[in-house]
Amino acid sequence: MFTWLHPYAKTERAYALCNTLLPYFFITAVAGLLVGFVWGLLFAPSDYQQGDSFRIIYVHVPSAILSMSTYVAMAVAGFVGLVWQWKTAYMSMIAIAPVGAVLTFISLFTGAAWGKPMWGTWWIWDARLTSQLILFFLYLGVMALYAAFSDKTQAGKSAAIMALVGVINIPIIHFSVEWWNTLHQGATITKFGQPSIATSMLWPLLISIAGFIGLIGTLSLMNLKNQILRRELHRPWVTELLTSSKPVSKKGAK
Amino acid sequence: MNTVSPIMSVMKRDLLLAFRQKAELLQPLLFFVMVITLFPLGIGPGPDTLQKIGPGVIWVAAILSSLLGMDKLFRDDFNDGSLEQLQLSNISLSWGMFVKVLVHWCVSFLPLLFISPLLALFLNLTTPMYWSLVFTLVLGTPLLSLVGAIAVALTVGLQRGGVLLSLLLLPVFIPLLIFATSAVESAALGLNYLPQIAIIGAMLCFAIAITPFAISYAIRVSHH
Repeated sequence: MFTWLHPYAKTERAYALCNTLLPYFFITAVAGLLVGFVWGLLFAPSDYQQGDSFRIIYVHVPSAILSMSTYVAMAVAGFVGLVWQWKTAYMSMIAIAPVGAVLTFISLFTGAAWGKPMWGTWWIWDARLTSQLILFFLYLGVMALYAAFSDKTQAGKSAAIMALVGVINIPIIHFSVEWWNTLHQGATITKFGQPSIATSMLWPLLISIAGFIGLIGTLSLMNLKNQILRRELHRPWVTELLTSSKPVSKKGAK
Repeated sequence: MNTVSPIMSVMKRDLLLAFRQKAELLQPLLFFVMVITLFPLGIGPGPDTLQKIGPGVIWVAAILSSLLGMDKLFRDDFNDGSLEQLQLSNISLSWGMFVKVLVHWCVSFLPLLFISPLLALFLNLTTPMYWSLVFTLVLGTPLLSLVGAIAVALTVGLQRGGVLLSLLLLPVFIPLLIFATSAVESAALGLNYLPQIAIIGAMLCFAIAITPFAISYAIRVSHH
């Protein structure tokens, strides 16, 4: 059923695939972020209540939305690794992890910076904020577990199991935290609970989300290429690649 | 019959080993009581304050003491090779792991249940709060043991597993903490706390169904 996937278990093919995909993600990232940010930060109308400080939405919302899907992507990579025993899957899992952790951190940081003028406090134990913080810890756990092993195959398997435990827990954490919050405090100021957002504000947001997807893809692929090269240093194709400056490697460096 | 007796012998052996080291058996329990003693000293002895923070404090202390004791769950057996023997034997490793975790729960968390009336007294809990606390502990602590055992099995081959273990496990334990403390809070308000208990029970059933396989896989990875 998945036979078309099997060649990519070989690091050389995976590396080539990275090189093929990288330009598309890179172009999406540059175009999406440029258009989204310039439109959002300079041309979109300012909010009637929040003034110009709402513009942080163009960084905050994409990172917050995508941080959880990045975790799922990481766990899927780990699952593929456990099922088919591919080391390239473990490599992509651990290539995605730091990108997702930084993304989660960005969403927490911009959330705090946005909360200060709007709510008057850097941090409240709101359901979204709390589950995002826990997600950040889950990322750190997977990365720390991977780093703790010197044998990288074992490290990949262990981190994959932990990522799967985390992915089962994410919905439970999400709903429990939501419930916990509603139990403790009745009404929270929800920014996104409003039924709709003006189209002139929505379009730049969607474009910057696309830009963030491109950015995540680009960074993960570049990280994966590094992982492959570092792990396969003794292979002839890597030596060949590194000694002769082929156009392939130049394309990857950008 | 053929599969039951080896599992019983694993259980007997683990129980025997645990009761031969009585001092070690008491340590997590003492830690638990000590942590709870610190809270009234740190926050103030007002009965209302204590009643309010009581369930949370007891649960946080239970989680911390479980981390302390859990590190030893597989370590000795891993180091002297008996885990490897269990893996080679004809009984399924998942069953073996389940029994080991069960024994570990009996020796490390059952005493905690017996000592809980004393803690309820310390923290000024009312009778309904106490009973809801007992229910959450009965259903929740096996969940701690089962889920914790996955991470213990993963880190058993590492020299410095302790801090890493808490980084891995504490985020995973958060839902349990939330549901358990909210059950006790509902009891304090005289509300029905069955929903929270039911959710903890559901999580426990799910964990019983899945975690033995994850634990045995993790043990295999650690023996790699």
